[in-house]
Amino acid sequence: MRNSKPNNMMIQTAMRFITIIVFAFSFYLFFAGHNAPGGGFIGGLMTASAILVLYLAFDRKKMNKAIPIDFTVVIGIGLLFAVGTGIASMLFDYPFLTHFFDYFHFPFFGEVELTTALTFDLGVYLVVVGAAMSIILVIAGDDQ
Amino acid sequence: MNNLIILPIIFPFIIGAILIIFSKKHKLQRVISGVASILMLILTIYLAIIVFQDGIIVLEASNWPAPFGIVLVADMFATLMLLLTAIISTACLFFAFKTITPKREKFYFYAFYYFLLVGVNGAFLTGDIFNLFVFFEVLLLSSYGLIVHGGTKYQLRESFKYVIINVFTSALFVVAISWLYSVTGTLNMAHISERVAEMEQTGVINIIAMMLFIVFATKGALFPLYFWLPKSYFGPPAAIAALFGGLLTKVGIYAIIRVFTLIFYHDVEYSHKMIISIAAGFTMLLGVLGAVSQFDFKRILSYHIISQVGYMVMGLGIFTPLAVAGAIFYIAHHMVVKTALFLFEGAAKRVTGLSDLRQMGGLLKTHPWLAWLFFITAISLAGIPPFSGFFSKFPIILAGFQEEQYILAGVALLVGLLTLFSMMKIFGFAFWGKQKHTEEQANINIRKLLVPVAPLVLLTIVLGFAAEPVFQYSLQVAEQIMDPQIYIDSVLKE
Repeated sequence: MRNSKPNNMMIQTAMRFITIIVFAFSFYLFFAGHNAPGGGFIGGLMTASAILVLYLAFDRKKMNKAIPIDFTVVIGIGLLFAVGTGIASMLFDYPFLTHFFDYFHFPFFGEVELTTALTFDLGVYLVVVGAAMSIILVIAGDDQ
Repeated sequence: MNNLIILPIIFPFIIGAILIIFSKKHKLQRVISGVASILMLILTIYLAIIVFQDGIIVLEASNWPAPFGIVLVADMFATLMLLLTAIISTACLFFAFKTITPKREKFYFYAFYYFLLVGVNGAFLTGDIFNLFVFFEVLLLSSYGLIVHGGTKYQLRESFKYVIINVFTSALFVVAISWLYSVTGTLNMAHISERVAEMEQTGVINIIAMMLFIVFATKGALFPLYFWLPKSYFGPPAAIAALFGGLLTKVGIYAIIRVFTLIFYHDVEYSHKMIISIAAGFTMLLGVLGAVSQFDFKRILSYHIISQVGYMVMGLGIFTPLAVAGAIFYIAHHMVVKTALFLFEGAAKRVTGLSDLRQMGGLLKTHPWLAWLFFITAISLAGIPPFSGFFSKFPIILAGFQEEQYILAGVALLVGLLTLFSMMKIFGFAFWGKQKHTEEQANINIRKLLVPVAPLVLLTIVLGFAAEPVFQYSLQVAEQIMDPQIYIDSVLKE
């Protein structure tokens, strides 16, 4: 059996494993935000890089099939999340973007601080993932 | 309800985000953006009325009290600008429906359009100087997208310069803000104003004031920093050029007026009567000379933006309530008229396919509506009564004579004359004379294109005939912005 790209197997196997670690770390960073270093922006960048290594290992066609998402749409959804957080506080008659937080006790996780800023951060996260991926993919697809 | 004043910012923001999601469906995009712009118009009218009746509305975003958090301040000047923005953006949008091809629409035209409005409305409303910078950036980033939209060779070349000059001035803007922060220790404009009043405006404060003036002067195309404007506005299609011509430079002028009435008003002899007045005089004169020397429809209009901006700044330079009221009236008049003129250029180009005046002619015979509507708008721009141009120039020049600024007032009068000359040049070349376009072109029906522009023409007529109430309103706006204490009290609630 002839394989025109003999190196791919190594990188593909490794990347499957590495991506999971990078993803996990990006989620950790995302949730660490607000009070510690991290947050939507850096988490989003890390996620984008995790997706990107998959794009490196496999080719674009395969990846587009695996992740059939238009990343520009992700930007739009992220923006709506971010502005939605602001509007939610308006509905309760607080000024725009007022944030709330409280401590909750969950089994297994213990005491967790939940904030409405998290949904705002989720918006930022989506915008960053969407923007970073669409920029890279547009540039990468430029020569086609 | 204080949250009301965030709506002019977040409403276009939401619409922009939705338009990104539906970027491939151009019919749906048109419906969404069309309906949204009408809603914006209603909202801004409502806001203007509320603020006129009840006074300044302040919103402390995120519930952080001023001066620590970011405040949004809707005073009469800001709401007037919001209203004007909504009017001309609606007109341009409906014109764009008829002129922008679906191919271009798919490349996020409407999304950029709405994010531009986010930036513009935010710049008008914000009460925090760093936030002003942020909204300027939002506005500029969208304008970069719009100015290269379509990506013709000319657009790419000229917008590169546009981007470079704006990036440079934005950097300068941040430097100026951080310097101001290091001196005053605050970013809230009302608080800065208070601190500057305590420190007295000398030395370093004056330098910061001039840096900010340079930044805004570049964005507003004032002498000697207007060189980027005529060429970069020549590239994009008429709907975008009209929006930019009517709106973007005025954001710079708004910022100049805001900063030099609210913060740096202590050294009027130096900053207003000298620097701003000189800049205004040269801007007017050189802008109109540029227009006179050109033989291209769009370029003439672009140079006229420069000379007209001079009048507004001249009103600020004279710095009496009458002059500032004149400047505000002038902004209103100019935004309406300039947008209409650019859109007429687009309509004329639809017929003839060119914008070089020497190859045009005889449009009056084949397209009389276009010709006469253009004529009304053109003489309104030049300042012939009974249209709005006359009544907005009159108080500025009158104030110039009252304050014994004879040279400046004389220049303004001369510029009016030259404006008339160059407008009549357009009319004489493009509309009068022998028909130079083919019979086929003569049959092109452009009624539909004129529909979104006609309300603007009507508005300049109304502003002219109802000059008394409009002027009274401008005078109230001027009195409000020339008494910074009103602004400071409503922000800091002392």
